[in-house]
Parts: sequence; C-alpha cells; structure tokens
Amino acid sequence: MNAAVDSPPQTYDCRVAFAEELIALARTDERIVAVCNDSVGSSNLVAFAREFPDRLINVGIAEQTMVGVGAGLALSGYIPFVCGAAPFLTGRALEQIKADVAYSQSPVVLCGMSPGMAYGELGPTHHSIEDLSWLRAIAGLGIVVPADPAQTRAAVRWAAGAATPVFLRIGRFKVPAVTPENQPFTFGVADTLREGSDVTVMATGTMVSRALQAADEAAQEGVSMRVLNMSTIAPLDEDAVRRAMRETGAIITVEEATTTGGLGAAVAAVVTSERVPVPMRILGVRREFAPTGDTAFLLEHFGLTAADIRAAALSITRTDA
Amino acid sequence: MLVAAPQTVAAWTRFRQEFADAAPEQRREMLRQRANQSRTTDLQMIGRAGLGHVGGDLSVLDILTTLFFAVLRVDPEKPDWADRDRLVLSKGHNAGALYTTLAAAGFFAEDELETFAGPLSALNGHPNRTKVPGVETNTGPLGHGLPIGVGMAVAAEMSGSARQVYVVLGDGELQEGSNWEAAMTAGHRQLTNLTAVVDRNRLQQGARTEETSALDPLDDKWRAFGWDVVELDGHDHLALLAAFTAPRGRRPVCIIANTTKGRGVSFMEDRVEWHHKVPSAEQISLATAELAR
Repeated sequence: MNAAVDSPPQTYDCRVAFAEELIALARTDERIVAVCNDSVGSSNLVAFAREFPDRLINVGIAEQTMVGVGAGLALSGYIPFVCGAAPFLTGRALEQIKADVAYSQSPVVLCGMSPGMAYGELGPTHHSIEDLSWLRAIAGLGIVVPADPAQTRAAVRWAAGAATPVFLRIGRFKVPAVTPENQPFTFGVADTLREGSDVTVMATGTMVSRALQAADEAAQEGVSMRVLNMSTIAPLDEDAVRRAMRETGAIITVEEATTTGGLGAAVAAVVTSERVPVPMRILGVRREFAPTGDTAFLLEHFGLTAADIRAAALSITRTDA
Repeated sequence: MLVAAPQTVAAWTRFRQEFADAAPEQRREMLRQRANQSRTTDLQMIGRAGLGHVGGDLSVLDILTTLFFAVLRVDPEKPDWADRDRLVLSKGHNAGALYTTLAAAGFFAEDELETFAGPLSALNGHPNRTKVPGVETNTGPLGHGLPIGVGMAVAAEMSGSARQVYVVLGDGELQEGSNWEAAMTAGHRQLTNLTAVVDRNRLQQGARTEETSALDPLDDKWRAFGWDVVELDGHDHLALLAAFTAPRGRRPVCIIANTTKGRGVSFMEDRVEWHHKVPSAEQISLATAELAR
C-alpha cells in the first residue's frame, strides 16, 4: 500500500450543505422559513438567521411546540424547515409528527440534525438510532437520508417543492462525497452506485461510503458486490429490492440505526413476501444502549465498518450459496 | 373531501346579515336557538352512532355557534380561502359539536351527519381536515391545537394578513405540558392575532379537574405566560361576542369561558358520567324537548 496515494478522502459535515442550500432557496422563495428549538447553532442556522432574521422562528426548547408551529405554518402556505437535533425532534415530538404533520398532511420538512450516533460521547440520550424505526411506522411521511453533501443539497431542494410531509436526516458525522454534484434527488428511488452480481449491499447515510469501500475490498477476493444508496427509507424502492434478489441472490442492509425497524426491516418485509426469499443480513445498531465512545468507535463497536460489510458479504455468498 | 351545501350556505349568509342588523336581545335569542338546534342534532347523531362525547359537545356549542354564526370571517363555499380566520378545535373529541356547527353553516350537507362514525364516513370520531371542509387540522390527542394555532398566527403576522386565529381548548386538556410551551411562545411573540378559548366546564373524563390536577388559579397562569385574560359565562353569547370583537391589546388573549358540561339537558348537566355516555332514545327525546324551550 502506498501511503502517499492512499491519503484519506476529504470528508464533510452535511449540515453545512444543508444550510447553504436552504439559504439559497430562501433567497428566491419567500415561503421558506426555518423553525427551531434553540438549536440555531447546532442546526447550523446562524447564517440563515443573519440573512433572514424574521424567517427563523425559534420557539425555545420546546420540541412539541416546534413541530406544531411548523404544521401551523405549513397549513398557512409557508414551507417550514423544522430543525432540531434528531433524538429530540423525533423522540419528544413523535405524536406531533404523527398527528399534526403526517396525518394532517401538512407539508412540513422535518430536519433531524446530527442523527445516528453523531453525538458519540454524549451518550444514548443524544443518539438518534430509533428514529428510522419510529418514523417508518407512520403513514404518509417520507423518510430521506442523504448520503453526502451533494445529495443533501439535492434533497433539500426537492423537499422545498415536495408539498408532502417529509423527514430529512441531516448528518453531522463527516462523510466522503459519494454522489455526483448536481444530480437531482429522486424521491423513492434507490441509486445504484456500483453494479455487481453476487450480492447487493443496500446502505443508507453514513454507511454508503463504507459500503463502497467494502465493495472494493470484496472485489479483490472475487466477490462482485452491488451497492445501492438507499437515500429514501420510506416509501421503500421495492423494485430495487426485487431486482437485487433476482440478479444478485443475496442482500445485506446497513444503517446507522437500530435493526428493530429501519431500512433492514423494510427490506426484509419485501424479501420475505416473495415466494422464494434470498439470504439476507441486517447490519445496524443492536438493541442495546451504546457504551461511551466517539462516533467512529461506536460504529466499530456495533459492527458498522467497511470490514464488517465485507465480512458479511463474503459470508453470505460463501455459506448461503 | 365533502363539499358545501349551497342552500344551507345561503341560509347561513342570511343569518349573519340579520344578526348584524339585530338588536342585542334579538341577537342573543338568535344564537341561543341556533346553538340549541345544534345540541339536538348532536344528541341525535350520537344516539344513532352509539358513541360520541356528549358532555363536552354540549358545553362548547355556544362558543362554536358564536364563532361560526357571528364572528369568523369564513366562506363555507371557499374553505381554502387563504385569508379566512382559522378555528382549531384542540379538544378534538368534541368533533360532534364541530360537525353539527359546520353542517349548519353549510360547509357540507347536513345529511352527512347521519354517517357519523360509520364505516368509511368522512366524519371520524375526531376531525380530519383532509375529509371535512372547515376542519383546519386533525386533532384528537390533547395539547396539539395551541402550538398549531401559534404557527398559524405567526404565519398570518408574517404575511401581513389581518386574519385571526382561534383555538378552542378543553380545560382538562391544559394538564398537557405542550399547551404551556405554546402559551409561552405566543406570549413571548406577543401574538395579538391569537385567541385561546378555554371551555372551562371543570370536568374531565373521570372526575373534576380540581380533584385530578388542579388548574386554578387558571387566569393567573395565562397572565403569567404573557396573555390578556377575559373570564366570562361561556353560555352568554353576547359576552362571548363582546370578548371576540373587543379591541386587542399587545398580547394574545385567553378567554376563560365558564361552562357547564352537558349544558341544556337537565339530567346531563355537570355530571361526570356524561363525558362519553350515549343517551337512550327516550333520553334523547326528553333532551330534545328541553332544548326546544
């Protein structure tokens, strides 16, 4: 290995792209407003507040009111981006998300900032690993997890015009770029980032770059891995799942979220509803509270590294073939 | 989505014109009769469906009738009119009272009330804005209406609209903390276009509010959160009208409307069991006779 060539890729905090895109959109569309729960800094809304002081509604530390206010604004013709740390937005205001946003069909853009285990050492109270399970159970709510800054921009642009309730999971843990710049976001469609024939890895958010790295490594061992960027968790691209079953014969899902009901569970529901299911592995956070550690450590602790994905791919193709 | 009933809308329009021209005592009688008709319709609807929240429906109907028949700038034929006033029924379990009022104003045909709570009816046990014109947001779980009303009031203010936002709350509902988050936000932002109306019937599902988790001194609580407070008899239509149309100060307004649960039906008044008990056919006819007086 040549250290000079293998210098680590540049990585990005997706909140930066989120805020830049939101400001750009707000300049041309007066209906765009931001709502937050004192999280001006942590939601990266300082520049937005400077440029649009009257269009940032900070309700204070009050997530239930934050989401309700967002619904009231949406029902009055505004396009509210409701921003808060993902654990508190989804945990504290879950019933508001269900009743005021999804059931009422108020076109609010819920922005769950710093999701997953981005707040590593702050502990399980500040981790948002349950969000995908919780929100996937709610009808009428789109769930979008951009994989990198370019896709974050595209997803924000799409969400502003979507006129439907949506949850955006906006990452803080730095990730490399994996999608092309200026590629429009297609809601509900999985992106094929790498073709392959032996196994399909369906990855989302922070896990996408790791899946690509695993594909490179698996290729060296003769395993051809398809990599899909599952940037929409709900509604799931069921056709992509069925194609993966048919064309690659095995599926691995990987997400920085609990395995109780997120991407893996969604994919498994499709796999098991087919007459001939295929072997499958669900990689994610076990149903236990994380120990102390930073995000990178915790991802390793829960088996969410490129090496873990590669190992799962080798195992599923060799033992289940 | 249900659609407007033009003949009923025409009658509602005539009522509003006549009301505007009427003398005070005549106005009182017009609203009293109108509210009692809705009470009768509501009882029949609940009897037919075999479910409903009769006690709170009867306590809140003078408030809803005064709003829809004398105050709100709405057009039942244009329920999406952007500059309409907004009415959010936070105590969504009293959907029956809202449905009978909306039907009486022609937002949809009164025949539709016969489907209440039946299979595939637009008229669910709690209101759904995507199915029922005049319903501004889906409520049911308590403590949701005021935050949404705050958002609507902020929106009206930002867009320079004169529209008003009214949120009708139950008193027991005020035990939900989300109301006080929203009250704090509204007070802080001095939302002068926002009015909260508390249907203060002093009963919640299982017991008296003051025996369950006391709300008093309720007026002081709202004042402390930055609101102007008006306390009145929630069955006195002219007092309600005066409060709804009074010049606004620099704070949001909370109207504490002292009401009687089961109002208008002697054997239901102030009785906790009538929170959601269903009246028998005989009880409905007794009640109808009392309400026709």
